Amino acid sequence: MKSLAELQAIRDKMKNKVGLREDSEGATRVVVGMATCGIAAGARPVLAQFTEEISKRGLTNVTVTQTGCIGICQYEPVVEVFEPGKEKVTYVKMTPEKAVRVVNDHLVNSNVVREYTIGANAEE
Amino acid sequence: MFRSHVLVCGGTGCTSSGSEAILSALQAELGKKGLTEEVKVIKTGCFGLCALGPIMIVYPEGSFYSMVKPEDIPEIVEEHLLKGRIVKRLLYQETVEGDDVKSLNETQFYKKQLRVALRNCGVINPENIDEYIAFEGYEALGKCLTEYTPDQVIQIVKDSGLRGRGGGGFPTGVKWSLARANDADQKYVCCNADEGDPGAFMDRSILEGDPHALIEAMAIAGYAIGATQGYIYVRAEYPIAVKRLEIAIGQARDYGLLGKNIFDSGFDFDLDIRLGAGAFVCGEETALMTSIEGHRGEPRPRPPFPAQKGLFGKPTILNNVETYANIPQIILKGADWFASMGTEKSKGTKVFALGGKIHNTGLVEIPMGTTLREIVEEIGGGIPNGKKFKAAQTGGPSGGCIPASLIDTPIDYDNLIKIGSMMGSGGLIVMDEDTCMVDIAKFFLEFTVDESCGKCTPCRIGTKRLLELLTKITHGQGEMEDIDRLEELCYYIKENSLCGLGQTAPNPVLSTLRYFRNEYEAHINEKKCPAGVCKSLLSFEILPEKCKGCTLCAKICPAGAITGTVKQPHVIDKAKCVKCGACIEKCRFGAIVKK
Repeated sequence: MKSLAELQAIRDKMKNKVGLREDSEGATRVVVGMATCGIAAGARPVLAQFTEEISKRGLTNVTVTQTGCIGICQYEPVVEVFEPGKEKVTYVKMTPEKAVRVVNDHLVNSNVVREYTIGANAEE
Repeated sequence: MFRSHVLVCGGTGCTSSGSEAILSALQAELGKKGLTEEVKVIKTGCFGLCALGPIMIVYPEGSFYSMVKPEDIPEIVEEHLLKGRIVKRLLYQETVEGDDVKSLNETQFYKKQLRVALRNCGVINPENIDEYIAFEGYEALGKCLTEYTPDQVIQIVKDSGLRGRGGGGFPTGVKWSLARANDADQKYVCCNADEGDPGAFMDRSILEGDPHALIEAMAIAGYAIGATQGYIYVRAEYPIAVKRLEIAIGQARDYGLLGKNIFDSGFDFDLDIRLGAGAFVCGEETALMTSIEGHRGEPRPRPPFPAQKGLFGKPTILNNVETYANIPQIILKGADWFASMGTEKSKGTKVFALGGKIHNTGLVEIPMGTTLREIVEEIGGGIPNGKKFKAAQTGGPSGGCIPASLIDTPIDYDNLIKIGSMMGSGGLIVMDEDTCMVDIAKFFLEFTVDESCGKCTPCRIGTKRLLELLTKITHGQGEMEDIDRLEELCYYIKENSLCGLGQTAPNPVLSTLRYFRNEYEAHINEKKCPAGVCKSLLSFEILPEKCKGCTLCAKICPAGAITGTVKQPHVIDKAKCVKCGACIEKCRFGAIVKK
């Protein structure tokens, strides 16, 4: 160890690996429906893609959790995004590719991806 | 990247209640469900609430599962980790409120705590240096080496008001400046991890849960006083602590945080571990250094003090594990931050090992000045079985007891000494009304008689005579003059012993005499043990009007002292009775009493 910068580099690298263990209040929650219907429709790769992409983007204030059946099985995989102080956004028929876009557009740039939401899909 | 972290306590407390089995069951179950890439399992240090072990915390939710059994694991994995439904039934019940799950920091046990020395225990994986670095680890060392002069470091420690956490309470900064002022070709930094007080285990928990904090602090101390070599003297009875320290030292060397030219500052420092064989006297600083030198662990007279002539005759500083654990935070957050906690003369926090007759046994870290009442009634959750608080013992065999009348005393170094006890390393044993104070004094004297190294006469022979007097009293053969003899001998031993062990050994006797003299007198004059503990003064009797003649007591009695016919009141033959109390436990009618 030759400098504080070197130490800082390790710290930065580790930060989003352990950030999960800090108080998650005020964090944005990404909740993936993981009941039998969700898993059968492919929720697992979606969940994995979310964690992967959030890590890649270095988002520390976002947690990814799973939940049971939301009751709209025909729209699975379903992903809900809860941001403090904002209305819940429900994305449906998710795929890993869509997950990447939700992270980039919604979580990073705060632009809800309307075409993936339940509202847009129900109109079809 | 993992979406969930499961922290399982790997401290000694939870290991002995079976956390290893939990870990392997968890790994197996996660494998079965294909979750190993998503859920990370981390073995951490102690969470403090040892009474409820094995403990497991699941993040990001922060769900606190207590008393986890291997057969609970499939349900937790299936429900919580796979489907995201917290298994409320298995949570620490204090965190469950109707349909809501409260944060751990809102529970009685954690609410009043303030974790400085224990900050990383139960948070990081102690066997992974990167996790320590993620929580600001080694930044204090880097800051000292690149921004501060050794004198500035010492000034910060002085200004913080930090005092030795091992018992003496000597100002740490002053100790360091004394060692710095002495010129020598070689100086040493030592750590006293020979935690010997019965019931104290905060140092072990720090070593097990956050070993890098100690390494970092010792390197800072080395820089401050001008030492290049350090020794950690840890007892061999702490195998998990020793193993994690070895791993941590190896990792620190690999990263160049120990060794030559650390942070390119020209400062060299390395550490070695020395194992103690478990003698209590080796916690005394001069005996500890004698032991590191390879000799029999016996104390030597002071002066010269270690800061002048310590290990191998060179200037040495010796601090306790908990003292060191505070140092990195003081450097990072500043002396003012540390000095803002605590009381006027005792700054910061203190870790206590809560034990004895209390609900939440375990480790608690609280600001100095917290009252005993808050510790016992709020954090500790009170006394089991509706019994009354009688006294608390602090400072182990060197300390004394705090009676119920002083329960509102704010706890700090000076207050404890004023009431005839001492901080010690922080063991806090709670006693209820069923505890005999003469018996407690005897218990601690038995310990010191065993542990006296024998070098000086007052301690070797004096403590033995004290124990004999106490034994005589508890056997109902005491006379009133014995109390005077006890007191006189106590003062003699205190005045004349060579080291701290002997000088403090009479404290348990003196403080019980001070607050519970009436119990001594009852043993002597009335030949009675008011708490019903001292066997020689008890007799067991069956109340004929309550006895239903069920014969259970006669069957259970190991001495065959109970006789009687079915459905007729039984009797105890007092000549045969060994006073074990087995019959009282078994009797369903409350017909057996001890008097």
